[in-house]
Amino acid sequence: MIGRDLLSMEDLSREDIEKILDTAAHMQEIGQRAVKKVPSLRGRTIVNLFFESSTRTRMSFEIAGKRLSADVINFSASSSSLSKSESIMDTARTVDAMDPDLVVVRHKVAGVPKIIADALSAPVINAGDGAHEHPTQALLDMLTVKQAKGRIAGLTVTIVGDVLHSRVARSNIYGFIKMGAEVRIAAPPTMLPPGIEALGVKAYTSLRQAIEGADVVMMLRIQMERLQGALFPSVREYSETFGLSRTKLRVAKPDCIVMHPGPINRGVELSHELADGGESVILEQVRNGVALRMALLYLFTGRPSKDEEVAALGEETK
Amino acid sequence: MSRILLRGGRVLDPATNTDKVCDLLMEDGLVLEVGQKLSAEDAVVRDVSGLWVAPGFCDMHVHFREPGLEYKEDIASGGRAAVAGGFTSVACMANTEPVNDDPAVTDFIIDRARADSPARVYPIAAATKGLQGQVMTEMSALVEAGAVAFSDDGSTIMDGGVMRNVLEYSCLVKKPVIVHAEDCCIRGKGVVNEGPVSTRLGLPGNPTAAEDVLVARDIALAKVTGAHVHIAHVSSAGAVEQIRDARARGVHVTAEVTPHHIELTDEATLGYDTNTKMAPPLRSQADVDACQAGLVDGTIDCIATDHAPHAVHEKDTDFIEAPCGIIGLETALPVCLGMVRSGALSPLEMMRRMSTEGVKLLNCPGGSLEVGAVADVVVIDPDLTWTYDPMKGYSKSRNSPWSGKPLTGRVLATYVGGKLVFDVNEGVLFP
Ligand SMILES: [Zn+2]
Repeated sequence: MIGRDLLSMEDLSREDIEKILDTAAHMQEIGQRAVKKVPSLRGRTIVNLFFESSTRTRMSFEIAGKRLSADVINFSASSSSLSKSESIMDTARTVDAMDPDLVVVRHKVAGVPKIIADALSAPVINAGDGAHEHPTQALLDMLTVKQAKGRIAGLTVTIVGDVLHSRVARSNIYGFIKMGAEVRIAAPPTMLPPGIEALGVKAYTSLRQAIEGADVVMMLRIQMERLQGALFPSVREYSETFGLSRTKLRVAKPDCIVMHPGPINRGVELSHELADGGESVILEQVRNGVALRMALLYLFTGRPSKDEEVAALGEETK
Repeated sequence: MSRILLRGGRVLDPATNTDKVCDLLMEDGLVLEVGQKLSAEDAVVRDVSGLWVAPGFCDMHVHFREPGLEYKEDIASGGRAAVAGGFTSVACMANTEPVNDDPAVTDFIIDRARADSPARVYPIAAATKGLQGQVMTEMSALVEAGAVAFSDDGSTIMDGGVMRNVLEYSCLVKKPVIVHAEDCCIRGKGVVNEGPVSTRLGLPGNPTAAEDVLVARDIALAKVTGAHVHIAHVSSAGAVEQIRDARARGVHVTAEVTPHHIELTDEATLGYDTNTKMAPPLRSQADVDACQAGLVDGTIDCIATDHAPHAVHEKDTDFIEAPCGIIGLETALPVCLGMVRSGALSPLEMMRRMSTEGVKLLNCPGGSLEVGAVADVVVIDPDLTWTYDPMKGYSKSRNSPWSGKPLTGRVLATYVGGKLVFDVNEGVLFP
């Protein structure tokens, strides 16, 4: 059912997503025990191959792997001596030659997990590639919404901010639409990707209209240093027009929840009161991230390697 | 010199509007006779019944990388790839190391081509020193040395004032100035066509507006200067429309299109294959349709491959870091024949765009099977299906989106100046 690698939400079916979310719900229980460790992946090796630094996502994968008793090795290519003149493909092949059972890849350029997955015999999980996808974030967001609301189908989910540069937005758009939610996006015109409505969303340039009647509002982090002056005039104008506060949230459903993939620019895209308020499920997202990644490691680690798959096919034909 | 008789082929000669089954006799490097049942006396006879016989192709846009970047390609390997693809004349771009902005470099290319290349090679000189877009090159001296056109190609001259002067001065030497029409400010960091595909890929988009704006500028400058502007590798519907309109108004603007821009859309980039990364990028179906229509109605004069070899290790990376460009000489014919199979162009008209029109723009020999013309001839099997393997090709590089793909239509033999320089069974025949 689920493919060998997890590269994008675009590739996953509704059944795949349901299976992952169900497995994650079981994993949550382990995190509540005093001894948070089960032997499921004992003897398995998982490599976190991070070409782009990300303490949060890497830690989440690391804790997830350790709770399942896997040996987790962090390979941070940005601090590695290999990175100086070695190509990404050579780095990936080097890691693969050590026979890991699973490789988690993060890179600042879209498509790198895909080309690495094509070259490696180990399964690959995409932990974020450029502005393309961040499927594990979307899945943990969906788990969070499902548990807060009891369902995903029929909900209205509004994603606000720099959709153009956001892999989180793309993955969530694919995921929530597949699960039957209505997805809206809101951003200044300079941050709306061309042709985004082809993905099945409704695009708004008015925050108010976009969050009116919403069940879920997901705020994206704005890259202030890089984009100010180019794609929006000033932080002040951005936070006035697209930043979320409790007052602005009043047009949403009364039980609307507020999400953010972190790290938050407090007072820019999200006000203090909301970040810490009862509407916020931001820390739930982080907590669920560990359970969700445990589920993925469990489901994807130890899948037959490419060679074994070929061998198995050979046996079947005998 | 020996006589060669091509017996019983479908002779397609755009120069004389000939499309008939007959014989073609070459002697001493020239076409001696075209007609029925020619005498085979003293001649080497090749039976070409069921095949096409056309003037050798002309590609006015190749990158042969010599001097300086011979690990990607050199004049010898590029010239071999050319004749293997049916190209008897090619014009090579100036972005070598050193840049061809000096008559000494032009001389070197011509000398090297004479010694190493089975195809005729014509150097295109830089329009500005070092491709820097600031100081114009010594056009008279470069033409004296053998430059056939001027271009900074991918280093588009962004200063419109400089471009105006380059165009004005080019009227002195009466050579075309070839424009890679891409406004680098509008392009930004774009690496794929901007639209639904760039959004799905999460890669920075390069909008057609980047091309349209520069085409508009250079049409206006061609009009004001009277110079000959040639738009390289047209890829957008907007560019085609503007060129059509400018030509109707009598502005001296000509254009080329690549095989990939009339065949592939941006959807080909969806797997992040770096062999689908080029500049300008692969566009939408509407743009492909417009480029085809432009080629049909003569808005676009000719096919040019933009043969751009890059080493395997340079393409074996992510989509942003990988260099732009693909090789195209050995796949151009079968790819272009797609438009013949679809009925958009007759075989004769496709041969015109692959051969005669390019020759006209470069003002060089070839492009004709008229009696007395140089015997640059290609023999084609339009129906032969084969699998393209760059490893077995002649280019030093392998960066092709058609690698491993079945293609229909193949060059079986190529003659340059009446000499057989390529035979599909024997390979390139050149010392
Ligand atoms: Zn170019």
